[in-house]
Amino acid sequence: MKHYDVIVVGAGPAGLGAAIEAGRQGAKVLLLDENDRPGGQLFKQIHKFFGSREHYAGTRGFAIGRQLLQEAEEAGVEIHLGRRVWGIFPDGSVTAANDTESVRYQGSYLILATGASENALAFPGCTLPGVMTAGAAQTFANVHHVLPGQNIVMVGSGNVGLIVTYQLLQAGANVKAILEAAPKLSGYAVHAGKVRRAGVPVLLSHTVTRAMGDGSLEAVEIAQVDEHFAPIPGTEQVIPCDTLCLAVGLTPRVELADVSGCDLVWSGPLGGKLPRHNRHMESSRSNILVAGDLAGIEEASTALDEGRLAGTRAAYRLGLLDVGTYEGRRAEIQGRLDRLRQGPFGEKRRRAKEEVWKA
Amino acid sequence: MRRILIDCKEHIPCNPCQFACPTHAIVVGEDITELPHADSEKCVGCGACVAACPGQACFLIDPDFSESEATIDFPYEYLPLPPVGLEVEARNNLGETLCTGRVVKVLSLTAYDHTNLVRMAVPKDLVQQVRGMKPWRG
Repeated sequence: MKHYDVIVVGAGPAGLGAAIEAGRQGAKVLLLDENDRPGGQLFKQIHKFFGSREHYAGTRGFAIGRQLLQEAEEAGVEIHLGRRVWGIFPDGSVTAANDTESVRYQGSYLILATGASENALAFPGCTLPGVMTAGAAQTFANVHHVLPGQNIVMVGSGNVGLIVTYQLLQAGANVKAILEAAPKLSGYAVHAGKVRRAGVPVLLSHTVTRAMGDGSLEAVEIAQVDEHFAPIPGTEQVIPCDTLCLAVGLTPRVELADVSGCDLVWSGPLGGKLPRHNRHMESSRSNILVAGDLAGIEEASTALDEGRLAGTRAAYRLGLLDVGTYEGRRAEIQGRLDRLRQGPFGEKRRRAKEEVWKA
Repeated sequence: MRRILIDCKEHIPCNPCQFACPTHAIVVGEDITELPHADSEKCVGCGACVAACPGQACFLIDPDFSESEATIDFPYEYLPLPPVGLEVEARNNLGETLCTGRVVKVLSLTAYDHTNLVRMAVPKDLVQQVRGMKPWRG
């Protein structure tokens, strides 16, 4: 069995950040991912990112992904792709399988950066082909370069819904409307401005009530909702479309953390159940750290810095950093994270994060 | 003379405009959720911020393009690019068409990283409200 100082599960921004930092300090790092390409969702992000210059702001997501892969290579990180981690054992070993074999690796520290999955909505007709999550549509368009359909309706006006709408427009689709159940926009006004200028109406206090079609999606029925999000009878409208995208939030992928015995806590603002962790990104299991969307739904830039925190912490605990250097580095990363969690959008997440640390 | 107009209204953590500006005319400051402050005296109208802003909230306005027209430079990320002379629907941030605009220039510098700048002429009295155009599908 091959031994590593640090095994990182998940090669998205959090996992890459963790692997890069631990590798730079001299740790022998293995980065595992179930996909055939590293980068998580970064390579689907063709828009310029928000943030500060230290967060590569103004750079397109896929370009940040490329840069991180190069940094990981320079840091000597070993990356095994197409490996699905299916077991974490009490001795700290990890088992990962591809299509033909299952391999067991031993690690002194394990950093889980398994990300999140998209939430679904249940309504009559939601299993019709053509109904999909926004992330699925984004994968069609930006990874495989095919549009899932020509006439699209988006559910959800959070940043995911707004950004994917913009990208589908860029790919040549006609997005007929964005539906938002809340009475106000949920994402950034500037993202909404981009799609509104292109002519996409954002219908507030509206939801999808039915998907219709013979064998595949042909139209959706939408309705206005009251203050309890209940559809108001008589307000139904039918919009012909071949694709319905759902951008209704994300949930941390806690399965591996859960089976490995990490305590879970609940945080509504951070997406639901997530592994309890402290500000060093340490879970309740002494050798397991967590980072990124798994530790609370935020954004790629926060995930990257949480990963850097976890990787630096693992390196420190391996004895690769003295306490002064570690504290300096930690304060620098934490300072950047604090700045990302300022303002009306970040403040709620910062408070929720502090609740988790205290739990 | 083209001068900056910043339409950034929410306190989101972001500051690429500050670093894009070669004349330091834009300041966000240490707290990156602060709104950018633009000094139009220092602005040379280069358009770097227009391409750099991830929120597409920076614009350049020339109030005196002609006797009756002003121009706005706005970021544009659709292909094909509109040809110079094309008449388009000029829109505000809510997507309402305010008037017919005319494309007078399209800039696609490498430094813009695939964001193009479209310069559009509109009647003078509407330039402060216009923020873009209906995407041209060729």
